[in-house]
Amino acid sequence: MTTIFKNYLAWMLVLLAIGFASCKKNNNSTPTTPTSPYYDQADQMGRPAVNTVFIPASGKDSFNVTPPSQMPALFANDMKTSLLGVNPGYTTNLLTLTADQFVGVLANDVLNVSTSGPTSFYNGTQVLTGRALGDDVIDVELTLVFGGPDGSANPGLTSDHVNANDVPFLSSFPYLASPHQ
Amino acid sequence: MKWKKIVLILTCAVVIAGGLVFAADHMDAPAVKGTTNDITDLYVFNGADTNDLVFVANTQGLLSPTATATAQFDPKTLIQFKIDNNGDFIEDMVIQAIYANGKMNFYGLAAPTATGTKTQILESKLLGSVAVTPLSASSPTVATLSNGMQVFAGPRDDPFFFDLNQFHAILAGTATSFNNPGTDTFAGTNVLSVVVEVPKSLLPTSTGKLNVWLTTSIQE
Repeated sequence: MTTIFKNYLAWMLVLLAIGFASCKKNNNSTPTTPTSPYYDQADQMGRPAVNTVFIPASGKDSFNVTPPSQMPALFANDMKTSLLGVNPGYTTNLLTLTADQFVGVLANDVLNVSTSGPTSFYNGTQVLTGRALGDDVIDVELTLVFGGPDGSANPGLTSDHVNANDVPFLSSFPYLASPHQ
Repeated sequence: MKWKKIVLILTCAVVIAGGLVFAADHMDAPAVKGTTNDITDLYVFNGADTNDLVFVANTQGLLSPTATATAQFDPKTLIQFKIDNNGDFIEDMVIQAIYANGKMNFYGLAAPTATGTKTQILESKLLGSVAVTPLSASSPTVATLSNGMQVFAGPRDDPFFFDLNQFHAILAGTATSFNNPGTDTFAGTNVLSVVVEVPKSLLPTSTGKLNVWLTTSIQE
């Protein structure tokens, strides 16, 4: 029993000695300068409702981490399938776009902005020159998806009849209304 | 024509699976839903001074007033406006916003260190910061940075409006059309907003057009 204990103690001392030696080595190593941290993309948005309507459930997380320049190759087919799935009768819309052309516009999911002239998602005159707080983007997208060539098809589906925010916006910065208390 | 409507509704239900939300970007995907990285909306529009362009990033949507009182920006979440000014859908400039110790810090209006989904903060391009406006503030705290940018960060009324509940009813087959008038599902709810007003002189473009998108990224 005593011999075993002595051997055990001997091994412990050996291990401790190795341990101390290792620590001493680390203390002599050159300190490294930390690099600026990296951030990995989690969510992304360009135009309203594109991911929610045109990308199938299996692709949504992937869509959120795909750079817009790479979207058409990966998602254009899915978008066309979704468009025709949602409206099998789709031919063209108010912007005279075929399904392929509509998907061609949507596939790079970015918000188009004009730096001169009025900015609006669609106000009857301006098309895709920005997105203002008061723009009824839902009605625009419902009409472009369901409304057919002149916007009059599927009348029950082309407007949700909610045409404005519940409270008025501010006329000056920061424009969004005060939070509900 | 009723059979056509039934086919349409069923197809909608199949394509837009349960739990998903037809809303600007609110709760759009499983990985980000309900997290501090969840984007709800992007807006870009002329300022009251049309020599400026306003960028709005809204996150963490459908906040009730009670939830808003404890909602916070995440110091590990980098918010970025990505700007393409030559039509190739690759970002040429970014505006970065990241929260720390009660303030939103802004970097950029410069080229990113690398394009794509892995980013670093442009630490040499710190533009300035603004204190986050608390829910109870009677007026918003805003700051004007040295380059002329105006900035704000804090809770705001969610500017998005949509009868989402009726849309769900249409998908479920318990309704065949929207109501008139509809009911705004987002009325009375808040978001956490970052608002930036930028002089257009700082946003050069040879075509007069920009492509803009909004991202959130998590510190590794």
